[in-house]
Amino acid sequence: MYTQRQEKMPIVEALQELKRQRLVPFDVPGHKRGKGSLELTNFLGEKAISLDANSMKLLDNLSHPVSVIKEAEEIAAEAFGAKHAFFMVNGTTGAVQNMIYATLKEGEKILLPRNVHKSVINALVMCGGIPVYIDTPLHLELEISTGMPLAEVEKAIHAHPDAKAILVNNPTYYGVCSDLRRITELAHAHGIKVLVDEAHGAHLYFGEGLPMNAMDAQADMSAVSMHKSGGSLTQSSFLLCNNDIDPEYVRQIINLTQTTSASYLLMSSLDLARHNLVKNGKKIFEQVIQLSQYARDEINEIGDYYAYSTEVVNRTSIYDFDVTKLCVKTTDLGLTGSEVYDLLRDEYNIQIEFGDTANILAYVSVGDRPHDIERLVGALSEIRRRFKRDKKGLLVFDIAKTEVLISPKAAFFAPHESLAIAQSAGRISAEMVMCYPPGIPIVAPGELITEAVVEHILYAQEKGCFLMGTEDATLQTIKVVKEGN
Amino acid sequence: MDLWFSEYHQDGVKLSINVDREIVSCQSDYQNIALFDSKEFGRILTLDGQLINTEKDEFFYSEMMVHVPMAVQPTIKDVLVIGGCDGGVLRELEKYESIETIDVVELDEQAIQICQEYFPKNQETFSDERITLYFQDGLKFVRGKEDAYDLVIVDTANPFGVNESLFTREFYGNCYKALREEGTLISQHANGFYEEDEEAFRHIRQRLTSVFPINKLYLSSVPSYAAGYLLFGYSAKTADPETDVQIDVWENQGIRTRYYNTDVHRGAFCLPNYIKELL
Repeated sequence: MYTQRQEKMPIVEALQELKRQRLVPFDVPGHKRGKGSLELTNFLGEKAISLDANSMKLLDNLSHPVSVIKEAEEIAAEAFGAKHAFFMVNGTTGAVQNMIYATLKEGEKILLPRNVHKSVINALVMCGGIPVYIDTPLHLELEISTGMPLAEVEKAIHAHPDAKAILVNNPTYYGVCSDLRRITELAHAHGIKVLVDEAHGAHLYFGEGLPMNAMDAQADMSAVSMHKSGGSLTQSSFLLCNNDIDPEYVRQIINLTQTTSASYLLMSSLDLARHNLVKNGKKIFEQVIQLSQYARDEINEIGDYYAYSTEVVNRTSIYDFDVTKLCVKTTDLGLTGSEVYDLLRDEYNIQIEFGDTANILAYVSVGDRPHDIERLVGALSEIRRRFKRDKKGLLVFDIAKTEVLISPKAAFFAPHESLAIAQSAGRISAEMVMCYPPGIPIVAPGELITEAVVEHILYAQEKGCFLMGTEDATLQTIKVVKEGN
Repeated sequence: MDLWFSEYHQDGVKLSINVDREIVSCQSDYQNIALFDSKEFGRILTLDGQLINTEKDEFFYSEMMVHVPMAVQPTIKDVLVIGGCDGGVLRELEKYESIETIDVVELDEQAIQICQEYFPKNQETFSDERITLYFQDGLKFVRGKEDAYDLVIVDTANPFGVNESLFTREFYGNCYKALREEGTLISQHANGFYEEDEEAFRHIRQRLTSVFPINKLYLSSVPSYAAGYLLFGYSAKTADPETDVQIDVWENQGIRTRYYNTDVHRGAFCLPNYIKELL
């Protein structure tokens, strides 16, 4: 929303004032505006280092904002149509986890899709919340796990009327949106708080012709990754609060784990990105949508690739689709997404966001030049010419069916033992295994390791996915809860 | 008048040419295009401040780009030129009656307009009926072609700038696909003298050798270019430019040239040791 106030960038202006004042630094950081470490200054640049200051009267304090940060948060809240906005410096992971800590206590239930980011499950390990998973049907043609159909949410709410919160991805990594407005209405009717993971949705607040954002849907809280589509520095993010969420309580929760030395580079980048999006967001995302659509059309011309868009919308599991996302299904070439991902990098010097068993995702933003899009399309065309092969041997994977036997916290902290992955079926996992990106767990702590889970992990390993999450970095073994506990 | 155009060949090295006047300077959608008149080098074309060619030594480059492959494969009929807004390469190609079509793909329409306007001979060159002009991205153009050309000439500078995508593996791979069974691709490889140019050389060479089975290098003096010379890449599916050159056939065609001759052809593939060591 544009008001005169949106022209201001209080943190940026305070940093400029700090420079003008030529204040002699006898405080931290010890590099003293870069003068103490020429190597650092030469590498990162004098301008950036000189802004690396610590909390002080002029710059306010993120743990207890009273001046410029307070004002910047108010302006950001206005821009997003929220009651309050927190500047977050520990990534959207930090924002997601604090939403959960602020709404869920030990033993309380949260409804969530199984294709959540690992940060959500990690939060449950910390707070002792109990996950209740809502079915996100596999889209057979695209081989992706979708959003939550309203009917499934309804079923889950009736089965678990005591749930305290529901978490919704808006959108998923792949651009799939659930019916957030109706889910919110339904949840609120049952006294359930709606938390939204908008790690891939900052642009929904500023572009046109895009799916509904969390604040418009009247959701209670949202974690918005400004550093992805919003253009701020990596690790900076917003946590938005709405309705009757008490910001002072949320701040207390955030302060339990947040650094007391928040980076002003990150905070000023949030201030700048918000300012830019309010002023130019409409135009920026119009361009991004055009670039993505052009790329989709050209990629679909090549043959065997499927770059999908709103035609996949079915108003249930895929209620809406975010057209800025450039997802391409690759299996009709006989190649997994991770194989195409590797070929693009190793053969063509093109780094995309991720490849999974069936799709690739190329992140398109305002920073992309048309001839870079041509390179991507040209390389995909070459990959088809050079590497296309018989489709047999490729498996279709849904998120493996499993069930939560004990809480993630109980499983994580229980006595455990290590077993070879192939031998672990039938046991309760004490840790998480995922391909990263996208960072959606194949199995999470507290879940039963089924044959399907084992098969999925071994297949992902064979196809070259970058697996992580286990204590055993080579992923030969997995920690399971000791029996008899 | 003491007015100089300077081009940096390296951080601490520049070539300066005394100019009489600036003819034109404008910003197109893609780059800055400027023309100067000088006593020594005649009319000079620069793109984004980089010297592209001069009236005086342009034929060194154009002739070596065209006559080397034409002497090896006199049967070449369909040619694709990527870039080439200055018209030099086209002029040389037009000397061959055996060539039937010349497709020219240039991203920047304004660059061609300016070159036609201010290099009078160019109007004639571009009006040859064998020529078809396409204003679009070179990579996109070749992506849509298969088995269509006998010769592709990549007449562009600046592997780390606006033409970056024309020095990539995906571009060369798509060119391979666009070429017929005995097709050839000619490209420029900078020089092996300055560090940054050597890096560009390695970058291009590495990508071409991963696509074409035959990749020979040849060298020509170009006085106004960095280091005073340019390395050219001869990448082919079947023909070896040293052993398959058809000297008699070429001589009999009676093509008039100022730089190229068949002795220069043979000599151009003999490389100094420091360049051999880069390979």
